[in-house]
Amino acid sequence: MLKELFANQLSLGCAQAAVATLLALAVMLLARQRNINLERETVVALVRGIAQITAVGSILVLLLRGPEWTSIFLLTAMILAAAGMSAGRSKGMPKSFQVSLYAIGAGAGSVIAVMTGAGVIDTRITSLVPIGSMLIANAMNTNSLVMNRFRSEVESHAGLIETGLALGADSKQTVAPYAQISVQASLIPAIDSLRSLGIVWIPGLMAGMLLSGASPIYAAIYQFVTISMIFSSSGLTALICSLLIRSAAFSAAEQLTLRPLPVSARPVGRSA
Amino acid sequence: MCWIAARFSAAVIGPTGALIQQERFTPTTNILETDHLSREVGGTRIVDDVTIEVRKGEVLVIVGPSGAGKSSFLRLLNRLDEPTGGTVRLKGVDYRQIPPLELRRRVGMVTQTAYLFPGTIAGNIRFGPLQQGIELPAKTVDALLIQVGLAGRAEEDVAHLSGGEAQRVSVARALANTPEVLLLDEPTSALDEGAKSEVEKLILTVVRQNALTGVMVSHDLAQTARVADRVMVMSKGRLDKIGTANEVINAEGAFR
Repeated sequence: MLKELFANQLSLGCAQAAVATLLALAVMLLARQRNINLERETVVALVRGIAQITAVGSILVLLLRGPEWTSIFLLTAMILAAAGMSAGRSKGMPKSFQVSLYAIGAGAGSVIAVMTGAGVIDTRITSLVPIGSMLIANAMNTNSLVMNRFRSEVESHAGLIETGLALGADSKQTVAPYAQISVQASLIPAIDSLRSLGIVWIPGLMAGMLLSGASPIYAAIYQFVTISMIFSSSGLTALICSLLIRSAAFSAAEQLTLRPLPVSARPVGRSA
Repeated sequence: MCWIAARFSAAVIGPTGALIQQERFTPTTNILETDHLSREVGGTRIVDDVTIEVRKGEVLVIVGPSGAGKSSFLRLLNRLDEPTGGTVRLKGVDYRQIPPLELRRRVGMVTQTAYLFPGTIAGNIRFGPLQQGIELPAKTVDALLIQVGLAGRAEEDVAHLSGGEAQRVSVARALANTPEVLLLDEPTSALDEGAKSEVEKLILTVVRQNALTGVMVSHDLAQTARVADRVMVMSKGRLDKIGTANEVINAEGAFR
């Protein structure tokens, strides 16, 4: 219907975005009726989302003509932004920005570097930046999930953890079970993506490859490669994050510094 | 409350007055000293400039209204929280010179709620020594369980214990570390009357039998009267008074 109304592709895109936004706002209002107040978060996220993706699209148009090495700066900027966003999701978590930066940087960064070096990811900016961004975004989600779950586990087991400390246990050991649970929980989306690939969902990258005329079999295999890379970067990020937060939750004198937040300071909405 | 006063009299000047006091309380050296100890959280001083000495072998009971800073003060003694001012000395040594894990082994703690690790009673008792790489032999575990009245129950799952039994395991677990000082944060307040009395007697017995020093938080004046060698009164984070129970609590069972 919209295609008949808008001949110009840009106008069509704006109209489609408006319909999608209206649907999101309707869901937000539905949630509000159930006393789940997501208005501010939803509106901010929608505005940020459209502004960011449009800005990145415009920058990509300019960068497509630039040298390949500029992608390194773009990916680094993405990692910094991802660390900032993930840290913002983890209020009350000590050293959340440093933990996020190291975890996402090492988790996603190493997978991007290794796979580019191995020739799995093309060094062309049009390939490296979109695939790299997928890995970074998923690493960010995983990192947020680990930190949120860990905080919640530690808060609800603070008595048991401090009992361990009072009996002379090493701080990292007292939270080890909760770090393990957090890693397992954070990887559920990545594992489910891998398991349901091609059955429950056909991701955008494969659809794009098919539309641009690639062989369907190659597109399918490359999609598996991408989801496997997402799993690897998410897994590495989760493991590094879980190691770092175990230390961040305690002071140098082995005191539990990760305390429950006041209700007013708790983040709302989904964790990633 | 009259019987409390009578109990105090018995403890201090009773039939064998001086002798009882000698047995129960022999002030010798100070095992713990707090030196202008303070802790500030969010701009509020929850422990404010407290200087006291805890004498070896005594049971010091900390009393005061809710929010007086009793538990906060106790948590500073084994460095579960960091003081923002002053310090604590254990046998004359500033506790910041002692590795925290060693400090907490030497200054044990029993909390209001008995937080037991999932598994068996024996597993809980072995936890502390295991942190130092020591596997407690079964006979030591059995001996500790006899002390706390749970003989022969080493392999029982802690999930099936009553509140009083769980607190007994918690006491045995703290004792397994062979501490020099035992901090007790309202150890009986979460228990019913029957269990409360039993656990209180048990604590007093194990403190005496193991020649420990006890520092106990209590909101129960009758209990304080039964167990205290000395009483410390706190209010708004500050030390109001400290002395023998007779000096601090009057014949009507109220603070002097």
